Amino acid sequence: MSLDRPLTRNVRADRSPTNMAAYEANGGYQGLRAAMGKMAPADCLKTIQDSNLRGRGGAGFPTGMKWSFVPMDDTSDAPGPNKHKYLICNADEMEPGAFKDRLLLECDPHQLIEGMILAAYTIGADVAYIFIRSEYVVAIALLREAIAQCHAKGYLGKNILGTQFSLEMHVHPSAGRYICGEETALISALEGKRANPRAKPPFPQVSGLWGRPTIVNNVETLCNIHHIIERGAQWFQDLGLTSDAGTKMYGVSGRVKNPGCWELPIGTPIREILEEYAGGMEDGYKLRGLLPGGGSTDFLVEEHLDLAMDYDTIGKAGSRMGTGTMIILDDKTCPVGFVKNLVEFFSRESCGFCTPCRDGLPWSAQVLDDIECGRGLPEDLDTLARQVTFIGAMGNTHCALAPGAMEPLSSGLKYFRDDFERHIAEGSCHFHKEVHS
Amino acid sequence: MSENLIAALSEEEIAEIDAELAHVPIPAGAAIDALKIVQAHRGWVSDESIKAIAQHLSMSAAELDGIATFYTLIFRRPVGDKVILLCNSVTCWMKGCDSLQQNISEQLGIGMGETTADNKYTLLPMTCLGACDKAPVLMVGDDLHENVSAQSIEKLFQTGVGEQ
Repeated sequence: MSLDRPLTRNVRADRSPTNMAAYEANGGYQGLRAAMGKMAPADCLKTIQDSNLRGRGGAGFPTGMKWSFVPMDDTSDAPGPNKHKYLICNADEMEPGAFKDRLLLECDPHQLIEGMILAAYTIGADVAYIFIRSEYVVAIALLREAIAQCHAKGYLGKNILGTQFSLEMHVHPSAGRYICGEETALISALEGKRANPRAKPPFPQVSGLWGRPTIVNNVETLCNIHHIIERGAQWFQDLGLTSDAGTKMYGVSGRVKNPGCWELPIGTPIREILEEYAGGMEDGYKLRGLLPGGGSTDFLVEEHLDLAMDYDTIGKAGSRMGTGTMIILDDKTCPVGFVKNLVEFFSRESCGFCTPCRDGLPWSAQVLDDIECGRGLPEDLDTLARQVTFIGAMGNTHCALAPGAMEPLSSGLKYFRDDFERHIAEGSCHFHKEVHS
Repeated sequence: MSENLIAALSEEEIAEIDAELAHVPIPAGAAIDALKIVQAHRGWVSDESIKAIAQHLSMSAAELDGIATFYTLIFRRPVGDKVILLCNSVTCWMKGCDSLQQNISEQLGIGMGETTADNKYTLLPMTCLGACDKAPVLMVGDDLHENVSAQSIEKLFQTGVGEQ
């Protein structure tokens, strides 16, 4: 089987799920068997650190470094009755334009579970949660079945594969809200509270769920773990085309011929993803811009198409690779309406705790609505620019929701300023006359 | 005057909530689970249920209601047999979710947040459903419908989706 596309090696054309027998027949749980008892947690950590795996949820934080902050001393003398350490898989995929984790969850649930067992072993966690949005009905059922099978096989539960290591794993369907995907908000939700993000520090690695050390990782990040442990850091590094390591689940949605999601070497150029895999633009549509990694990333335009899709290159171009799932803005879609949809989304999904987000985002949405509906005034553009400065500044809010919401607005004002100005000058939306029929 | 509000919960509900209590260090930690359990039995969470759950979890009804109203999938008003979740995030918006909403509203005679007179469907907006390559999409109950068009909407609700 293809070793250069590790994450999707069990993904079939019809997207039917890979069951335990098929997963094991294709080498599944060999990484777990190889590591258990033979590799110390510290060895596993070193391998992940050396591999240069970066968090696939969007922020790109080095996974090994995140794990290294978890205290590894004996937990039996921890104060209070709770001696647990926790591993949480963030399967709360809700970023506009993101549909990559759904594929991994629905097609190969055991890959995630094997990765989670190894991750928990590495950080010494004895309880693991898969926090998943309730709308992922198929994935929830598959994961529950897979966990039961793992218990029967001795991969989960007490003394896994005869070692001292024990792990309980639970599937936790969410009660809704985008903000639950923010790691500290997710922890609040798991504690039964409103999902308000928390101020950091303390970081969850030290004080997370119920005040205990906790690691929260994205689905795609955890799916990489057993491959790296099994094949080594160098193998993983060699998969990437640029300084970043591994493969990446890339996606394209919008007016392209073949929207979809593909595992490709990290650093694949945007143009190649767009033209070779997504099939180029639909007939009659031209590309005007794209959000490279979900709704909370800055626009890129034509001049950026030959850039490599990796964290640093896209970062240097003024955006973020984010989730790696691109949203295409075509020439028949109004950029003002596009940005308005996103800002309204973030405004609605604000948890309401921090003032710049709670009060600022509805204000931005209102100004954008005025412009889109032909009530805009020339000074509205200055208002939006000021909002970008104040709402977009990191550090004014507990989490990155509000700054993220400002990314498409700020770059939209930069690249599509003519459209904003024309709306205001004409007192109407010039796309409304030619909306898609 | 110690009215026993917990009596408003069924024995089954109480047993399920108590099973969740085993996983959390304080009773309030099971608040969302308890809300989901009651909703699974009754379809929604009434004021009486809020008071009863709160008493059972040793928390105030106001605090529990603050949690219940935070989450989009906890229903504080009755909903129809099936909830329609219409994705209105950016890719589905580009692919025409606004006109789909109009189609649904015309066919079922309900606006966003409303329930049909026969109590079959409630229509709600939903954040990105994670199927943008198949936009526009919506869910009816547990089923995801992809590449939805005006025609497929008509068929979907004519035949009464999910009815065996």
